Formats: sequence, structure tokens, C-alpha cells
Amino acid sequence: MTEDKRKVVLPGQLLGEVSRQKAGHGTFIEDGKIFSQRFGVLNDHGEYLDVVPLKGKYSAIEGDFVIGFVIEAMSSSWLVDINAPYPALLHVNEAPWKVEFGETDRYLNRGDAIMAKVLPIDETRKLQVTLNDRNLYKIKGGHLIDVEPSKVPRIIGKKGSMIALLKTYTRCRIFVGQNGRIWIDGPTEGIEKVLEVLRIIEDEALSFGLTKRIEEYLKKDAMDVQ
Amino acid sequence: MKSDIKLIDGHGKRLDGRKADELRKIKIEAGVLHRADGSCYLEWGGNKVLAAVYGPREAIPKHTQNPLKAIVNARYNMASFSVEDRKRPGPDRRSVEISKVISEALERVILIEQFPRTMINVNIEVLDAEAGTRCAGLTAAGVALADAGIPMIDIPVACAAGKIDGHVVLDLGQKEDNFGDADLPLGLAPRINEVILLQMDGHLTMDEFNKAFELAHHGCLVVSEMQKKALLEKYESVVQPEEVVQDVQPEESE
Repeated sequence: MTEDKRKVVLPGQLLGEVSRQKAGHGTFIEDGKIFSQRFGVLNDHGEYLDVVPLKGKYSAIEGDFVIGFVIEAMSSSWLVDINAPYPALLHVNEAPWKVEFGETDRYLNRGDAIMAKVLPIDETRKLQVTLNDRNLYKIKGGHLIDVEPSKVPRIIGKKGSMIALLKTYTRCRIFVGQNGRIWIDGPTEGIEKVLEVLRIIEDEALSFGLTKRIEEYLKKDAMDVQ
Repeated sequence: MKSDIKLIDGHGKRLDGRKADELRKIKIEAGVLHRADGSCYLEWGGNKVLAAVYGPREAIPKHTQNPLKAIVNARYNMASFSVEDRKRPGPDRRSVEISKVISEALERVILIEQFPRTMINVNIEVLDAEAGTRCAGLTAAGVALADAGIPMIDIPVACAAGKIDGHVVLDLGQKEDNFGDADLPLGLAPRINEVILLQMDGHLTMDEFNKAFELAHHGCLVVSEMQKKALLEKYESVVQPEEVVQDVQPEESE
């Protein structure tokens, strides 16, 4: 039974030694030994060790595509909540519109949802996002749901395999933000199906061979329809 | 406080039938609240404690922000119905002190440098009290923090020892605390073996203190194992074994 499950580790648990492996994300080194920082799943990549948390806030990485809510429109920028510990700044220069000073609220206002890209993060962790990239815009219509940010890679799958699967079988448009917010638009039945599958993925994110099982699940249902 | 009550009998048995080095019954459950980032419900003898963790999130009011690290705000609160005579609700001298010492204990184990300008809120709610609530509170906070996925170097744990009728014993109960001679709550980071909280109420000689410390230290290690078990059990409930397919090879590792 241990073969088909990933190993769950606790904060402060001994994982390995520096002389044999490198310490990756979610770990720390003390006296030449590697320990886990968080309650999560151990990924042994051979040459280095990673701990992926089971729960926790989104930690922003440069270049991530995220979905954010506008908190405040200031005179030359907006404050955006991207589910990180800090609100992110969206400057007017990073928006695709020509905005007059003090007229930011004509374009984006409190409560609006946007797709955005995370700009480089400095040491002080001041977050900035931009709308100047491919297909980034204000979200109008569709559904937004929240998932655990640590489970986003499982929802996307290897090279996007899982999400491609979902899109084909449900005829929905889906955008997965790295911060755990997912936007879905399409036929009602499709959206329901996506929500159902996302819940399965979240519940079983720790098991192997998930993409295969989800595909079978979707196929079975598709045949029922025909 | 002097009284005629006999706290320990000739055979070394205490009022509730425990031996000198025996803990009360402990039950720990992680992840009981859905709105909180992490949570824990803990029963320790007659103590019932609920801990909820929020954050890390932007610290407010803004002037409390530290540009180098996160601030840890633990808030210990006793419900008005937690004690025999109704407690006047709201923070008082005692709960402010306990909040402070627990905050400082947690700061030692949380990797606060990772989240500058933020705060981590730990709310400890005592629903039912029967001596040793600060230990129960710190233990519950440790589980709730781990459940919230907050990076830590260790899971903090706490346990008390004390002196009743001249005997040094582990984990005082209500009557033992009220009519005993001394109480020694100890908070511990078990892996690095570091004391993160130590208070004393009453008088102990040096020998008695050392003995009580050893006893409480041992108690902490026992409770620590229970914490770990509770956290792992919670994960077991996330993945039901019967839904795991056997004949698959690892494909996606992202």
C-alpha cells in the first residue's frame, strides 16, 4: 500500500542528509541534515528533496498567471488580491488602456476579477502584476472557484494533460490561475462536470495515475450522453 | 492554599486514580474548521480547546508590520462558560499574559523570516477549563499551525508538572492545581529539544524543580507523538484507501 501513496511528512521531520541530496522547496538544513518545513508530501527527485504543502497560502513566483480581485482603485494603480499574503500592485502602465490620472475606477473597480501575470519579485516581497501579456483581461461572465494552491499542478497535469482532457470532454473554456483560482465558462452541464472532476482531483491529488482515471471517468460519462 | 483535602494516597494514587507520572486522557483532531486556514480541536482531561490559525496575511494596523519578519499574534481566550463561576468575558490580566507567552513560544518555531510584513493569527478558545489550559492551548496551536501549512522548524508542544502534598507529579488536575503546592507548565520544541515556555506558580526546591522538569519534559514527548498521529490521521481521511488504484505506474509527478 505504500507504493501507490506519496509519503506525508510533518514540520521538523528528518528527510535526508546534505552530503547525499540537495534541499529543495519546503525544506531547511540544520547541522548537515535536511528537515521538512511544512506539513506536506515528500517528493524525492533523486538528487534533491521537495516538500509540497497540503495546504497553505499561495506563494507568488515571477511569471505565474493568476486570477485576482481588485481591492481598491488608487489614483495611478490598483490593489489586487491574488490570494498571497500580500496584495499585489497593478500600475496603470501595466494595463492595456490609456488611463488618465485619477480615473482608474473607470476601467477597474473594487470587486472586479482580472487575469494577470506576476512581475519579478524583489527581496521585500512587494508584489506587482501586469495585464500586458497574452490573453490577460478583465473577467466578464463565467464561474470562479477556489482550490488549494498546492493542488494546482495536479489540476493542470503533466504538460497540461489533465486540463486539456477536461476542456475536450466538457467543451468548457478553463483558465487555471497558479494561485488556486479557476475560471470556467461554457455550457451549464459542462461546468457542473468540471466542478465535479476538480473536486475528485483535489481529494485524490496524492495518488498516482490520476490523469488516466479521470479520463476513464470522463469517457464513461460522454458515452452515456451519446 | 491550605486545605484538608488529601490529594495523593498512601499507594501513590491521585484523586482521579492516576499514578504520579500519568497524563490525563488526550484527544486531538486537526482541521475541524473550514473557514480557518488551519485548526485543531483538543480535549485534555476536562479541558476542551479550539485553536484556529489565519494567515500569513498583511499585518494590520500597518505600523505593527515588521519589514524583516512576520508577527505572531496568539490570542488566548476563555469562554465565559468555561469555568464554574461565570467568567467575565473579554481579555483580562491573566489571558493577556498567556497570549503573550504563547505568541513568543510560537515565534521560536515558525519560520517568520519567510513572510516579512505579515501577521499570523492564532486564536485559542478555551471552551471548558480544568487546569493546564495554557499547555492545552499551545499544544492545539502547534497542530493548527501545521495544519495551516505554515513553515516551522518543529511542532511545539506543552505539558505541566507540579507538586501536590509534597509529591512531584505530572499534569495537575483541577483540585490538584487549586490545592497543590506548585505548578510548572513547560512548552517544548521536541526535535531541537528547546524550552519555549516555562512558568512556575508556587514553590519548588531545586531538586523538586529538576524532577518536575524531567517529568514535564517526558510528558511533552508523549503528547508530541499524539500531535503527529492526529495530523497524519487527518491526511488519511483525505485519501480513502479503497479509491486508490493498485496497478498504476507513476506518470505525472508535477
